Amino acid sequence: MIFSNPEIWALTLSMAIPLALPAVGGTFSERTGVVNIAMEGIMLIGAFFGVAFSYWTGSAWIGLLAAIICGALTALALAWGAIHVSADQTVLGMGINVFAAGLTTFLLNTLFGYSGTPVNTPKLPSFSIPGLDAIPYIGIIFRNQSVLMYIGIVLVFLAHWFLFSTRIGLRMRSVGENPLAADTLGIPVWRLRYFGVVLSGVFSAIGGAYLSIGILNGFTSNMTSGRGYIALAAMIFGKWTPLGSFGAALIFGFSTALGIVLQGHGVSSNILQMIPYALTILALTGLIGRSTPPAADGIPYEPRR
Amino acid sequence: MKALRSILLPVAASLVAIVIGAILVAALGYHPLSVYASLVSGAFGSPVNIGNTLTASLPLIIIGLGIAISFQSGLFNIGADGQYWMGATAAAWVGYHFTSLPGVVHMILCLVAGMIAGALWAAVIPGLTKAFVGAHEVITTMMMSYIAILFARYLIEGGPMQQKGYIPQSPPIAPNTQFPYFAQGFQQAQLSPISIVITVIAVAAAWFLLYKTTLGFSLRSVGLNARAARYAGIGVKSSIVTALGLSGLFAGLAGSVQMLGVDHQLLDGFSSNYGYTAIVVALLARNNPIGVVIAGLFFGALTTGGQNMQIASNVPASLTDVLTGLIIFFVGCERIIPQVIGWYRRRRSLRAQTPAS
Repeated sequence: MIFSNPEIWALTLSMAIPLALPAVGGTFSERTGVVNIAMEGIMLIGAFFGVAFSYWTGSAWIGLLAAIICGALTALALAWGAIHVSADQTVLGMGINVFAAGLTTFLLNTLFGYSGTPVNTPKLPSFSIPGLDAIPYIGIIFRNQSVLMYIGIVLVFLAHWFLFSTRIGLRMRSVGENPLAADTLGIPVWRLRYFGVVLSGVFSAIGGAYLSIGILNGFTSNMTSGRGYIALAAMIFGKWTPLGSFGAALIFGFSTALGIVLQGHGVSSNILQMIPYALTILALTGLIGRSTPPAADGIPYEPRR
Repeated sequence: MKALRSILLPVAASLVAIVIGAILVAALGYHPLSVYASLVSGAFGSPVNIGNTLTASLPLIIIGLGIAISFQSGLFNIGADGQYWMGATAAAWVGYHFTSLPGVVHMILCLVAGMIAGALWAAVIPGLTKAFVGAHEVITTMMMSYIAILFARYLIEGGPMQQKGYIPQSPPIAPNTQFPYFAQGFQQAQLSPISIVITVIAVAAAWFLLYKTTLGFSLRSVGLNARAARYAGIGVKSSIVTALGLSGLFAGLAGSVQMLGVDHQLLDGFSSNYGYTAIVVALLARNNPIGVVIAGLFFGALTTGGQNMQIASNVPASLTDVLTGLIIFFVGCERIIPQVIGWYRRRRSLRAQTPAS
């Protein structure tokens, strides 16, 4: 039986992390009231610059840092357009996605040629947690996973705590629900929105770096292959909460893992890959637990001076 | 003034994008002017290149018309790519499934099937859920788009539409449904005059529908102010479903025209993200059908020029995606223009008030 095989759960986890991180990022952005569909693009930026700097400096950790910085800068552009210019946030997000896909492919081909990134690019370490790997079944799930996977899981829980149990988290959520009321209380609406969007860039970029220097050590054109959009689905399915997003990412990761395991067993992976999208539509229509976005999501706020 | 702004903005956005692109290209050691020159000559340098540009423009124009209709109705149909796939899939199925129909009837049947498939894909789930439970159409159309592409892939990868014994592809459509090219030059560019005629008709139809019919008036009213439209007695719910359906209908038509005029069978790499580029086309055209033609030609030229540029000067074609992304971003930032003007006026009046300093 495939479900009793721990390998599928290990695969589920490693497929879920690159969905969970951008989904949590998107949650930060949308909770402060900025619609973010640019996770796909920011992931690509993170994935590419992670590899590039890892190769140039010889340190995958510096690569990760570069990925985070570049992701944050890209998100900053989105934040500026959405907050300062009151631009249509869906349009901005689309622009960033097209730009990022173009830029990363263009730089890949101009800086590294058409044969791909160098094979000797360093990657982040993978390891098993001592003690945990001695447990019979669970040990296999956590055997030799990327360090970013462990960091990712910690980040998800930290994010949930931060958003729902700290004062700044409460303020961020208030800005996304009713910016006028928040502003009246002296909460800096724009600054918190910038913070939320930039955080989304950081999380998405780590998700991208997980793919390029976490589990692999190279970048290929459009290597995120739509994960940023599935992350968007996970965020909605998880009702705009970090833990919910992680749960949704696990379900979606499982459907991907199932597709890989069932390959050649007569079950079409194309059909299995539809599951995340179909579940999201059902969640939006209220058929399985209604998902309602933050009240001021996507609405620019212009403070009255 | 309004007309001037609607031309000025996309031109300004494109210019800013071109300048940033030039800086990027120069930073990587290429000569920007020669890169752009090879881009332009790649798009227009020879009759075949011009033909290729037109071939790439036609689907962008037809899908762009549909997206413009949804935008004018206040709806953001971001999933046109999936509706385009569904149109192409339906046209392919009708095209190879029937074998003994007369050519013209068969062609029309393919086109109608494509239009219906695209329209249903947009109207049924995204349209009805938006109208009745308020599910946001940006998300639902996007999700439906992915489902459509996966569904089409399933059909040709081991599903009922796979041609036996071949890598993922459907059987070719019947020869009498393939649009004739009439001349050698058209054939080289895979450009059928029939596709051009259909595109022209589609532009006229979209324009007539939007500006000369009651339906178009009510759709635009809903787009401008849904609450006011409701008080005026316009059915907002049915308008939402109709607008998304029409939007999908055009995307589906584009898919079937592409199937009959260019591809002739459904392949794994069928789409070139036309559905996404068409959103840019509609945005740049400010949702005006005539503007859609110009913007469609512009992006068709960009795509074709980019491909030929890569062959001629070894600059990767993805440069055009960088430019496209920047153009979308800056068109999105349109409100910066009044902001800058306001800031300038404030500064000037401030100076006028304090002449002493």
